[in-house]
Amino acid sequence: MSAKKPGRKILEHRLVPEHRKLSVEEAVKVFKSLGVKPWQLPQISVNDPIVRLLNAKPGDVIEIKRRSPTGGTSLAYRIVVAFERRA
Amino acid sequence: MSERFREAYLIERIKFGLLSPQEIRKMAKVNVIRSDIYEADGSPVMGGLRDPHFGAIEPGERCPVCGNTREECPGHFGRIELARPVLLPHLGDKIHAILQATCRKCGKLRLTSERIEYLKRIYVRLKDKWPTLAETMIKSIVKEASDVKECPHCGERQFEIKYTRPIIFFERRAEGEVRLFPTEIRDRLERVPNDHVLLLGIDPERARPEWMVLTVLPVPPLSVRPSITLETGLRAEDDLTHALAEIVRQNDKLKSLLSASAPEGMIEDTWLTLQHVVSSYIDNELPNTYQLSHRRRRPLKTLAQRLKGKEGRFRGNLSGKRVNFSARTVISPDPYISVNEVGVPIDVAMTLTVQMTVTEYNIEEARKYVANGPYKWPGAVLLHKAKTDRKIDLRYQKNYKQLAKELEPGDIIERHLMTGDIVLFNRQPTLHRMSIMGHIVRVMPGKTFRINLLVCPPYNADFDGDEMNLHVLRLEEAQSEARELLLVEKNILTPRYGGPIIGGRQDYISGAYILTIKTRLYTEQEVSRLLARAGVAVELPEPAILKPRPLWTGKQLVSLFLPEDLDFAGKSKVNTGALKCDSENCLNDSYIVVRRGKLLSGVLDKNAIGAEQPGNLLHIVALEYGEAKARELLDTLFRMFIRSLEIKGLTISYHSIEIGEAAKKEIERLTQEAKKEIEELIKKYEEGSLEPIPGRTLEESLELMIIERLQRLRSSAGEVAIKYLDPFSDIFIMAKTGARGSDVNITQMASMLGQQIVRGKRLTRGFRTRTLAHFAEGDKSPESRGFIKGNFRDGLRPTEMFFHAVAGREGLIDTAVKTSQSGYMQRRLINALQDLFVTYDGTVRDFWGNVIQLKYGEDGVDPSRTYHGKAVDIDRIIERVRVQRVKKR
Repeated sequence: MSAKKPGRKILEHRLVPEHRKLSVEEAVKVFKSLGVKPWQLPQISVNDPIVRLLNAKPGDVIEIKRRSPTGGTSLAYRIVVAFERRA
Repeated sequence: MSERFREAYLIERIKFGLLSPQEIRKMAKVNVIRSDIYEADGSPVMGGLRDPHFGAIEPGERCPVCGNTREECPGHFGRIELARPVLLPHLGDKIHAILQATCRKCGKLRLTSERIEYLKRIYVRLKDKWPTLAETMIKSIVKEASDVKECPHCGERQFEIKYTRPIIFFERRAEGEVRLFPTEIRDRLERVPNDHVLLLGIDPERARPEWMVLTVLPVPPLSVRPSITLETGLRAEDDLTHALAEIVRQNDKLKSLLSASAPEGMIEDTWLTLQHVVSSYIDNELPNTYQLSHRRRRPLKTLAQRLKGKEGRFRGNLSGKRVNFSARTVISPDPYISVNEVGVPIDVAMTLTVQMTVTEYNIEEARKYVANGPYKWPGAVLLHKAKTDRKIDLRYQKNYKQLAKELEPGDIIERHLMTGDIVLFNRQPTLHRMSIMGHIVRVMPGKTFRINLLVCPPYNADFDGDEMNLHVLRLEEAQSEARELLLVEKNILTPRYGGPIIGGRQDYISGAYILTIKTRLYTEQEVSRLLARAGVAVELPEPAILKPRPLWTGKQLVSLFLPEDLDFAGKSKVNTGALKCDSENCLNDSYIVVRRGKLLSGVLDKNAIGAEQPGNLLHIVALEYGEAKARELLDTLFRMFIRSLEIKGLTISYHSIEIGEAAKKEIERLTQEAKKEIEELIKKYEEGSLEPIPGRTLEESLELMIIERLQRLRSSAGEVAIKYLDPFSDIFIMAKTGARGSDVNITQMASMLGQQIVRGKRLTRGFRTRTLAHFAEGDKSPESRGFIKGNFRDGLRPTEMFFHAVAGREGLIDTAVKTSQSGYMQRRLINALQDLFVTYDGTVRDFWGNVIQLKYGEDGVDPSRTYHGKAVDIDRIIERVRVQRVKKR
């Protein structure tokens, strides 16, 4: 279970978008502005390498900043969960 | 007013559980003890599977249980008291989990009391908020408990339980494997305390574990398994009844063995048979079980089979619905109706009806319909009098005139489908939303649906016998919604990629080319003919040539239809090879320039007016001047293209692919050259001096080199043919404008078919060492491996014809496999995505409000309103500004 933490250099890979752990206040703001309950957000596993690097725990909200040729920068929010969504 | 449904009781949720033996006995009105169904006199056997207490099903019959007739009687359950308990086959995995997680002696979960209390606290809290997580937790609890080898409560040693699907359990004891009989299993399940059951993911209120072992089997009422009377008077029972009869028989047998205290082995055998029969009654496709069947043939359709699969209750009856007010017939083309229209045969129009509420404004119109009656179009089929609330079927009336006179506001009539109504039109496979579009009805004589040729691309329709479906929209809300959103003109732009999906094909394209080429000028008479076909009356522009007689160019005529301030620039399809040019100053007339709505240069072809060509003239018009304007072009300008073809005539013949002796000699020379080179390659290969391509074996290298050489030969032979052919012949017009065919097709007809490829290689299969008996064994020469020197004009040799057929077959197989695979993929995708929608705040959500995407497509752009995916076409804006600056100066 407690495998070695992934190295920080994965954050610098060009295919890995910018991840940020939101504070509780920020997270609440996100929920309010979207009008969603926490479980209605897309999910991300605690075992995700980036989540482990950020030291995020289940219940935390991760903000992902993606860049795309058509959309410019776009934000995505994901809630950290202890399990992976069923296939 | 029509009736409305009242939501009397709303289902909030459904909870599934198991029936307890007590419940089964309580609801059972019949104890089935006899396996025969009818007495000798034909009356149903009391205590048999057609006992009248199962509920009234015959007309006029009164139910002996509830006293209702068959309309009212809900049907009643019966029961079969099993001589020995049997397992429910579909719960095998759950039973297995319980047996492994609990103690074999005291029945408690194999975890310490403290641990159980702790887990329970977490589980109760988890269950409501994170049901998925709770499920995962159950799995881990079962795993944790089954790893314990000694019961923490009573200290009993535990053994591993082996389970063979669907119903056999063994226990691996020290002395060996011992079979666990359902009685033993039931005893163990009974011992599991309620709060421990909870931690195994089962609600003990609704489903005690021991109920997974049947002691009494519920028998469904007759309405669930109706018997049918054949014309011969023989009765045929439902498959379920047959299965149940078999259960009763086996049960009887077991009972008599038990009462006769037969040897244990015999009892066990019969018991197992009973178990199998009950399992098959529930699911007749279980592994390792006998299949119940009809007199040694067709397997019975039992409970699971009724629900499963494409024709099962879910996919066949609940998701799949049949529909009224629809029609289906063959389609045929009609270029003279609008793309928005559909030609409907008059017979269809007199069968399909639309509701029409009579008001004081339309009463005269309505009177006309009623007076015409149901057999004269446009008429009415049904009359609903508001005052008396009576429905009058006009088919059984004679006094249409009288009824028409008596018509008053508030009445509702069902009138025939009429020209101007909107309907939905559909062609299967319905792969994208443009497969169902709204069309305006145009009632016509004949027996087929007529559609404009320009709507063929979105439906992927042709007229080799295709049939299409038509659905009448009956509510005014639906009708106006269809007019605003579903009409063909609203679907010119596809959301799949930013571009027009509707547009010209084949003759429209060659027609546009013929019309707009520089060399063709039109006399006043011709111009009138062209414009008359387009159906417009406009003042003619100044002719391009005044003397000796006025002549107009095709470009002038096209310009009459374009929006006044349209600016457009782009390459034609013919802008390749000798006609290539990269700027607007194009002497080859292959660069389209439209300024202020005037087509100044360039010919119109596939790149300008073709279907599925993003960024073409039609696309720009639809985007910037609205879809109505684009539709107007389709209905006028495009008709003129066809007319121009009719004036010129476009045809190909045997002679248009005649290349002459000189060309044939040149091709022969090239062929000999290539053959010699290949012979050399083969010789080198045999000597071993061939240099292999890196990463390939020697043999592969040789093959690749030969293929490459032959491909080169084919293209050079093609070039020769094209050089000798008339570049202005109709066949070239078609290929170059993109109307139909390509240079390759012309090459194949005129000069050489080239190498045939199967699985990316030359043909090698057939006999052991050669492809056909016409060649020497091990022959590697081009002609023995599928190279075809011949062409379609001069014909193929027998061996060549065979090779061509082999490669052609591969193509057919590929398409057949591809369609079935992509069809299934499509189905899965749609099932996964069907309830996603874009909300008003721009997020994409599913039905439960879960956020799927924060912004649709991450940029919130509707692809159908884009320039081929780009929300803004900067180049186009720059170009426009530049052009306008020039104009001002």
